[in-house]
Amino acid sequence: MDFATLIQILDSSVRLATPLLFACLAGLFSERAGVFDIGLEGKMLAAAFLSASVAAVTGSVWLGVLAGIFASLLLSGIHGLAAITFRGNQLISGVAINFLASGLTVLLGQKWFGLGGRTPPLTGEGRFESITLPFADAIAPLPFIGPIYAELISGHSALVYLGFACVPAAAWLLYRTRFGLRLRAVGENPAAVDTAGVSVVGIRYSAVAICGVLCGLAGAYLALGLAAGFGKEMTAGRGFIALAALIFAKWRPWYALGATMLFGFLEAVGNRFPTIELGPIAIPSQFVQALPYIITVVILAGFIGKARPPRAGGEPYVKER
Amino acid sequence: MSLMKTLAAATATIALTAGMAAADPALIFDLGGKFDKSFNEAAYEGAQRWAKETGGSYKELEMQSEAQREQALRRLAESGANPVVMTGFAFGDVLNQVAPDFPDTKFAIIDMVVDQPNVKSVVFTEEQGSYLVGMAAAMASKTGTVGFVGGMDIPLIRKFACGYAQGVMAVNPDAKVIANMTGSTPAAWNDPVKGGELAKAQKAQGADVIYAAAGGTGLGVLQAAADEGILSIGVDSNQNYLHPGKVLTSMTKRVDNAVYDIFKSGTDMTPGITVMDFAAGGVGYAVDDNNKDLITPAMQEQLDKAGKLIASGTLKVHDYMSDETCAALSF
Repeated sequence: MDFATLIQILDSSVRLATPLLFACLAGLFSERAGVFDIGLEGKMLAAAFLSASVAAVTGSVWLGVLAGIFASLLLSGIHGLAAITFRGNQLISGVAINFLASGLTVLLGQKWFGLGGRTPPLTGEGRFESITLPFADAIAPLPFIGPIYAELISGHSALVYLGFACVPAAAWLLYRTRFGLRLRAVGENPAAVDTAGVSVVGIRYSAVAICGVLCGLAGAYLALGLAAGFGKEMTAGRGFIALAALIFAKWRPWYALGATMLFGFLEAVGNRFPTIELGPIAIPSQFVQALPYIITVVILAGFIGKARPPRAGGEPYVKER
Repeated sequence: MSLMKTLAAATATIALTAGMAAADPALIFDLGGKFDKSFNEAAYEGAQRWAKETGGSYKELEMQSEAQREQALRRLAESGANPVVMTGFAFGDVLNQVAPDFPDTKFAIIDMVVDQPNVKSVVFTEEQGSYLVGMAAAMASKTGTVGFVGGMDIPLIRKFACGYAQGVMAVNPDAKVIANMTGSTPAAWNDPVKGGELAKAQKAQGADVIYAAAGGTGLGVLQAAADEGILSIGVDSNQNYLHPGKVLTSMTKRVDNAVYDIFKSGTDMTPGITVMDFAAGGVGYAVDDNNKDLITPAMQEQLDKAGKLIASGTLKVHDYMSDETCAALSF
């Protein structure tokens, strides 16, 4: 494998990892506050659908992104209502959101556009164009650094850079602010937070809302950045891979970056080399595609460190028994 | 009084026609969905053409999950629909079980052979159509490298890939064919994002014409190819119009004709195996206003020549499904 191939694979990894990164950070906020969210997939799907619809109708990619965030927030609100206010089972609420999004997107899509749940293909202003960073053309001829800057770092859409910026922002918010401390505490020991006079419900709702915004960005990036429009079930399980990445990352923002990049890299390698020949053994691409799940199972089995979920995760907070 | 008689006669006639119309044909679409711009949509168009011409009506059903197959078949057969047409190889096993339970209902399956006395199996010689678009790809390619993106990794899709590779090799024996499958689950038919990434990866390896046989995933392949400034080849339906001037051609599989013919013959449909090959117009390649500048007269001449040889049976394209091997391409 030569250097140019490596750059191309890494470039593809970044594109494939970005939706996972957004979704993983989304899940991180929600779960760190004690609200398990397996509805990431559904929220991404709804966001992808509404962002593509609005972008197709208005021709504006940023209005599309806002619409995507709105759709995702709406589902987050439902999840919050069911899981926080009504103290329902968080997993069941998440499953319901996945089903709701899966059915509603196709139904509304067919009603609005009559293309079988597909949105009209997006062109021009309705899609994210790749951004060429300053000096990319000037640096490109340089050996080694040139291709890395011009091809790997430059030339992605705006949401990719936003995704990377979200990682330090999330780390700062969680570990350096009062809100972050409370959010983490709500996920570990909500009774203590309540005793301190802070609203557990309020903090959990804010966390779920942040989760909604980030999922919205993930979905919008799929429909407006990677593809050119919405197709039914186009998330294709990425929300669940993001959940696996979240466990792999042990619910930490910087680890989440590493985990999603690794998963993106594995997918890119699987795309580039259908079979990997290692001397006499040929590894089929199915194995590489399955690797993220295998790694997650290994992690869960406790072979590589222990992944400890937030202690109060999955349990609705009840003030008095 | 005579007026009353005429009226009564007219009513009786209408009642009779209505009674006959109860045996409406039915069409079941596979998981790709009715509007996949490809395989299932072609079937839908065939049914619509029949409905428009005859004024008849038909029942239709879209699969949402694997588990619905048997239930859907039984429901339609019980409701009196006749014949019941289904698209896709995946119905094979289920139909084999259901068909004997409804000996008076006729079934037709597209893309699969089911050996039952009341089943008509329609299969296409996709390898022939793919061979021709493979030739076109090799002639249009400047780099000598062409790509193939398949949907779910099943023998049928390998048949497309194998025919394509043979066509490419026939024009340029030194050409390189990069073949990727999107996945090994039905989700692989609906992942345009992955399709686009695969197309970009193939372009990075030098491919400048990419053939997509991947349902909804293929739309992502065509989009990425158009974005990257290379050519693509559509499949099943004529997809040339999706990106005018950027889609070299489309391998057409006239599922619409198959469905139309079955609907037209109605309950008189003869069971057995029908092979829709190139000679019968079952498969081919699309040339229209959108791509006529891409297919040069020299290319057209070569394609016509090969087409004649295939139609006459002189040129045999190897069918992957006959022995599950492919000399032109390794998977």
